[in-house]
Amino acid sequence: MIEVRNIEKHFGENYVLKNVSFIFEQGKTNLIIGESGSGKTTLIKILIGLHKIDSGAVLFDGVNFNSIKTKEQRILRQEIGMLFQAGALYDSMTVEENIMFPLSMFTDKTEEEKLERVNFCLKRVNLEGKNNLLPAELSGGMTKRVAIARAIVMQPKYLLCDEPNSGLDPKTAIIIDNLIHEITKEYNITTIVNTHDMNSVMEIGENIAFINHGEIWWTGNKDELLNSDNKELNDFVFASELFKRLKHEDETC
Amino acid sequence: MIKLLQHLGLYFIMMKKVISTPEKWSVFRKQLVLEMEKVGLNSIGLVIILSFFMGAVVSIQTAFNMFSPLLPSTLVGLASRDSLILEFSPTVISLILAGKVGSSIASEIGSMRVTEQIDALEIMGINSASFLILPKIIATILFFPFLIIMSMGVGMIGAWAGGLSADVTTADFISGLRYGFNPFYITYAMIKTVFFAFIISSVSAYFGYHTKGGAIAVGKSSTIAVVASSILILLFNYLLTNIILS
Repeated sequence: MIEVRNIEKHFGENYVLKNVSFIFEQGKTNLIIGESGSGKTTLIKILIGLHKIDSGAVLFDGVNFNSIKTKEQRILRQEIGMLFQAGALYDSMTVEENIMFPLSMFTDKTEEEKLERVNFCLKRVNLEGKNNLLPAELSGGMTKRVAIARAIVMQPKYLLCDEPNSGLDPKTAIIIDNLIHEITKEYNITTIVNTHDMNSVMEIGENIAFINHGEIWWTGNKDELLNSDNKELNDFVFASELFKRLKHEDETC
Repeated sequence: MIKLLQHLGLYFIMMKKVISTPEKWSVFRKQLVLEMEKVGLNSIGLVIILSFFMGAVVSIQTAFNMFSPLLPSTLVGLASRDSLILEFSPTVISLILAGKVGSSIASEIGSMRVTEQIDALEIMGINSASFLILPKIIATILFFPFLIIMSMGVGMIGAWAGGLSADVTTADFISGLRYGFNPFYITYAMIKTVFFAFIISSVSAYFGYHTKGGAIAVGKSSTIAVVASSILILLFNYLLTNIILS
C-alpha cells in the first residue's frame, strides 16, 4: 500500500499539487486520471522520489520515503518497478540485457539463474525468444512489454506506470492494460497507473483518483465513475462522443 | 556571472555523486572496458592521421624558415620533437578529442536524460551519476596518455617524412631528434594530458547529465560541452605550463 498525505508541490510560483491525500491499495490497479497538465506526472514522480515535496508525506507500507536516508531510499526503490511512458529501455543493450540489468546490479545470481528469470519474464509478457533484439528493433507495444518485464524482474512490491498506453493502437493498449492488471493480481502488488485514456479506466480502474488543477476532486471505482455528479469529472470522462453515447444509452435503458 | 557560479555549483554537486564506490565492481569493470573501447580505441585512427600530418607540416615549416646557412639541418628534428612533445600532441590532440569524445559523451548522456533512461536508473536505486560518468572519467584518464604518446611517435614519423621532402637527410633528422633531449618534457606532457582527459570527460558529462528538453537540447548540450571543454583546456594549458615550467 502506498499512501500520500497532504502533499504540496510548487515550481516557482506555480502550484502543481495542493493538499493531495490518497491511499493506493495493495492488490488493486490504482489509477490517477486527469487532463494533461493536471499534476498526474508530478505526483507519480514524487512517488518515486524524482521530485521532492514541499510538504506532506509519501508512505510505502507505513515507511515515510522522505524521512529515511538516501541509502535506505535506494534500497526501497529496488522494490519499485517503473514503466515509463516511452519505455526508457537502454538503447545499447539487447532485450535480454535490459531485463537482466537489475538482476546483475542487485543480486548474486549466476548467469544461468539470471537467464532463467529473464526468460520467465519474457514468457510472462508474451515475448519469448526475443532476447537478442535491440530496443530500436521493437514496435511500440513490444517496447512497453519489455519495459514491463524489466519492471517485474526483481519481483517488486510496487508497480508504477506512467501513461502505459500512449502511442499505442487500441488493441495493443488493451493487451498492455490487461497485462498490468493480471500482474497486479498475480503478485498481489500495489499498482499505480497514470493515464488519461478512458478505455484504460473502464478496463482496469479499481481505485481511481481524479486530479484537476493539482487537487484530488473525486475518488472511486470505474462503476461509480459513470454515475458521478461531479461536473469536472463528467467533463473529463464524457469528453469523447463514444462515452457520451454510452451514458445516453445507459440513461434511456 | 551568476549562471557561471550556478554551473560550478551543479558541477561540484554532480562530481560529489560521481566519486563514490561503484554499486557492483563486476558491472563497473565491464563498463570501464566498454568505455575504453569507445573513448580510446575508437580514437586511434583519428589520432594517427592527425599526428602524422601535423608532424610533417611542423618539420616542413621549420625547414622552410631556416634561411641562415649557419643553422644546421639537425634543427628540424629537434624543433619538431620539442613542438610535438610540449604542445602539439598533448594540447592540440586533446582539443580535437574534446570535439570527438566530448561531444559523444555529452550526446550519449543527454539522450539518456531526455528519454528517461537516467530516471529509470535512479528508480532502480542506482547512483546514475556514478554509474554513467565514473567509468568514462577513469577510461579517459587511463587511455588518453597512451593516445598522446602514440601521437608523439607518429608525429615524429610524419616529421621525418616531411623533413625528407624538405631535403633534410634521415641521419640529420635523427641526430636532431636525439640532441639535448630532456625526459621531463614527457612528464610535463603526461601531467597536462591527465588534466585534459579529466576536463573533457567530466565537463562533457556535466552538460549531458543536465540536459533538459528534447533532441535540440541534446545537440545544444553537445556543442556547449565541446566549447566549454576547449576553453578550459586552453586555460589549464596556460596555468599548468606556468606552474610546471616557470
